[in-house]
Amino acid sequence: MQAETKKVLLDPLVDNNPITLQVLGICSALAVTSQMSTSLIMSLALTLVTAFSSAGIAFIRNHVPSSIRIIAQMVIIASLVIVVDQLLKAFAYDISKKLSVFVGLIITNCIVMGRAEAYAMKNPPLESFWDGIGNGLGYSAVLISLAFVRELFGSGKILGFDVMPLVKDGGWYVPNGLLLLPPSAFFLIGLLIWAVRAWKPVQVEKPDFSINHAAHGEAH
Amino acid sequence: MPNTNQSQVLSDKFAGLVEKAKAYAEHILSLANDSFEKTIAVAFALCLVGAVLVSGSAVILKPLQVSNKAADEKTNILEVAGMLEEKTNVEEAFKKFEPKIVDLETGEYVTSMNPETFDQRKASKDPGLGVEIPTEKDIAKIGRKSKYAKVYLVKEEGIVKAVIIPVSGYGLWSTMHGYMALEHDGQTVIGLNLFDQAETPGLGGEVVNPKWKALWKGKKVYKEASEAGTDFQKKHHTEVGEPVLSLVKGSVDPSKPGALHQVDGLAGATLTSNGVNNLIRYWLGSEGFAPYLAKFRAQRG
Repeated sequence: MQAETKKVLLDPLVDNNPITLQVLGICSALAVTSQMSTSLIMSLALTLVTAFSSAGIAFIRNHVPSSIRIIAQMVIIASLVIVVDQLLKAFAYDISKKLSVFVGLIITNCIVMGRAEAYAMKNPPLESFWDGIGNGLGYSAVLISLAFVRELFGSGKILGFDVMPLVKDGGWYVPNGLLLLPPSAFFLIGLLIWAVRAWKPVQVEKPDFSINHAAHGEAH
Repeated sequence: MPNTNQSQVLSDKFAGLVEKAKAYAEHILSLANDSFEKTIAVAFALCLVGAVLVSGSAVILKPLQVSNKAADEKTNILEVAGMLEEKTNVEEAFKKFEPKIVDLETGEYVTSMNPETFDQRKASKDPGLGVEIPTEKDIAKIGRKSKYAKVYLVKEEGIVKAVIIPVSGYGLWSTMHGYMALEHDGQTVIGLNLFDQAETPGLGGEVVNPKWKALWKGKKVYKEASEAGTDFQKKHHTEVGEPVLSLVKGSVDPSKPGALHQVDGLAGATLTSNGVNNLIRYWLGSEGFAPYLAKFRAQRG
């Protein structure tokens, strides 16, 4: 595998993860992660859309007038998302019912747009395709780990199978109801970002400003 | 041979068009990116490709989607009637179900419409078939309802065993749609299945939990004759009643009177529980199916 391909595929997993480093695509990470099954399908859908839209945009990148650049990208992304939505409705009806509007909302997912703007507009189609796959996988990794925690501790299940029997069904586990609500994903993403940045301090951002202690002292 | 000539001419014309299009594409591609002509041409070409992709997939996949939806609906109807087992052939089992159109106001069957093709949800939006529900009566918060409803009679050897009625009502986030199955007395619940909803997964979304749904079996919608006076007893079968079935906070105490009319509320989902309560009160009340169910009981005697 070429060095560039390897880099665009593996970098977004940890070193340049779209969610934990770039903090993009948070919206759907909150909404669909209460169950593993929905997260898996959502990850798959987003990865495919990012990959193919990046490839498509890269293919025409030299001929896109800059004044309608964003619109041109949106047309490609939106068409692909609708096709994915139609495919889900035809072949995975139950899951598509659970995901409802969130598949459609991939159109506004910042990761897809972000990759189109940041990478696909400047690189050839094949690399852009791999870049889309890589970023999709980075998103998927975060989504699936969130869903794992939320489903396990929120409903005592993994992929719908009972792991920890709930008290209400005669078991011993009292589920944490907070984990089923969207805000819990915020807390979990926060903790995850903390953990990743503690592990890789390079990712810690410089503060935007610092309090000038000398000036502060003079005011007294 | 004029025919070959004609097709020859046509293919020549077509080849000419292709040639022209090619030349035009080359001309466009050679223009500066930000020129007016190229901007319009690129936008148009992109939209054309997108439109073909979207409409193509929609048209090709439509039959699959429609059959998915219909199969899903049938599966849910079978489930609410307690007739869905692991190996049930949905299509086969569904033959026992006879769809009928009911006029909600009079409670009579309507024969002028084809029940197979009638779509109640579409009808509720139709200006002729649907009506706006006045705010003070709209306890289920659905806004509009169809004047006609599609019910299913479950028949075994010609005898009506059960009736399945569609119900809907607003919960916390979504309008919940589903079916309720009643036994042939139009009074005892077989099941309630609110399959089409978008309530919070794990909380309000537990309306689809099989364990919760099982709690409905055997509950009574209206007051029993023995609970009311003798006056009531005489006309019980033909009376248009108001439903007394409701959800309670916590668990139902079976030793207390009225437990037959109570179902456990959903823990942590008060608003969804209220929504379920409201839709029962609405659809089994005089605005909903109460007139029909009274006639249904009367016919059974």
